[in-house]
Amino acid sequence: MSNAPRLTALDALHRSLGATMTDFAGWDMPLRYASERDEHNAVRTQAGLFDLSHMGEITVTGPQAVDLLNYALVGNIGSVSAGRARYTMICQEDGGILDDLIVYRLADTEYMVVANAGNAQVVLDALTARADGFDAVVRDDRDAYALIAVQGPESPGILKSVTAADLDGLKYYAGLPGTVAGVPALIARTGYTGEDGFELFVAPGDAEKLWQALTEAGAPVGLIPCGLSCRDTLRLEAGMPLYGHELTTALTPFDAGLGRVVKFEKTSHGDDFVGHDALAAAAAKAETAPPRKLVGLIAEGRRVPRAGYPVVDADGTVIGEVTSGAPSPTLGKPIAMAYVDAAHAAPGTAGVGVDIRGKAEPYEVVALPFYKRQK
Amino acid sequence: MSNPQQLRYSKEHEWLSVAEDGVSTVGITEHAANALGDVVFVQLPEVGDTVTAGETCGELESTKSVSDLYSPVTGEIVEANQDAVDDPSLVNSAPFEGGWLFKVRITEEPKDLLSADEYTEFSGS
Repeated sequence: MSNAPRLTALDALHRSLGATMTDFAGWDMPLRYASERDEHNAVRTQAGLFDLSHMGEITVTGPQAVDLLNYALVGNIGSVSAGRARYTMICQEDGGILDDLIVYRLADTEYMVVANAGNAQVVLDALTARADGFDAVVRDDRDAYALIAVQGPESPGILKSVTAADLDGLKYYAGLPGTVAGVPALIARTGYTGEDGFELFVAPGDAEKLWQALTEAGAPVGLIPCGLSCRDTLRLEAGMPLYGHELTTALTPFDAGLGRVVKFEKTSHGDDFVGHDALAAAAAKAETAPPRKLVGLIAEGRRVPRAGYPVVDADGTVIGEVTSGAPSPTLGKPIAMAYVDAAHAAPGTAGVGVDIRGKAEPYEVVALPFYKRQK
Repeated sequence: MSNPQQLRYSKEHEWLSVAEDGVSTVGITEHAANALGDVVFVQLPEVGDTVTAGETCGELESTKSVSDLYSPVTGEIVEANQDAVDDPSLVNSAPFEGGWLFKVRITEEPKDLLSADEYTEFSGS
């Protein structure tokens, strides 16, 4: 097996645009095209265009597809109607998070599971193993799709100009098949930026045509190509977790403050699912003896917290750890997400700091998210 | 991009101007600024500080990372660029001009610095 990074269908285009590329989960992806701050601000105020073809698509079909997903995942997939999507997780038997996922119900007995690039193989293997005994087929569709996202307040207008699909009828966390710029696409109203936006799953051979059409349609209203660097600051401001940072196999969804994604009562396949007992115990523990909480931190100074930096109290005692940190273009200050001992996790807790390379810098504890769009 | 011919360069990607009255200006190269991405915070040595060639004397934070700032020369700081502290984007937009970082009175003849052509070859850009 080659160690060379995988290239998306848009690789040549990114290079012609002068992108700075980066290795991400084995893929060579655009980090930024010019200024990541300009790209971030374009998504907040106008629109940005992303190549997300590294995401891992897995199709699950068959009469018992929904039963398999209810057994394999922590959510109640039985309550997702055709044309809708659900944010969910796949856990180990011990409750540890293997990945966070979006599941799209494409048809009555057809679902598309979208996994993080770095976890796609793990998710595929787990779904395949868990499918044993179910009348369902798990198919690796990673090579079947390119994924292009258009995100930002101008994105509905941009997309409308290149598709006849009913976007007004397409709600947040819904998806429908359609044609965009002459290209067959699954049009989903999902994203990872905290803005309105769309994710378009298309055949790799159609990706360049779609990218060019969206670029032309969006240019007059300020759409620019955007890399993974601004995607990270956008999701951080929106308080969205990133696998490997806020989510790991060492944490349950309850530890991550996302216990709401776990449904102990499911509308098919009884209530048994992988991780059930461990997660029931985690839910009880979260009620009585809360573990560290995921909080937001806003810097009073200008030095930027990074993943792994200790969170400290006024005495310098370690009370937590930063999981993600970056300068926030929207707030104009450094921000972070961190797991902090429950006693120090309330918004406004005094004396909380981050040890930035040996010096404690003062931080304000806030509830997530840092940014919420005006609807 | 092109690296100005009249400057000298360190392998830590700083540039050093020709000394006038024993004082040289120091900044980071365009290659380094591009590699960092948007610089959001600049911490510089203070006037009167002594800096040593090849040793850290400050830091530059960008969206994705923090990098140490190395002095390319030994000497005493006579000025720090407050404009770059107030607006770190100057380091990206004008690394060889308005984004300069500090001025240093040289106390030891600089060694191991590269010419513009040598630095271009070393950095690959």
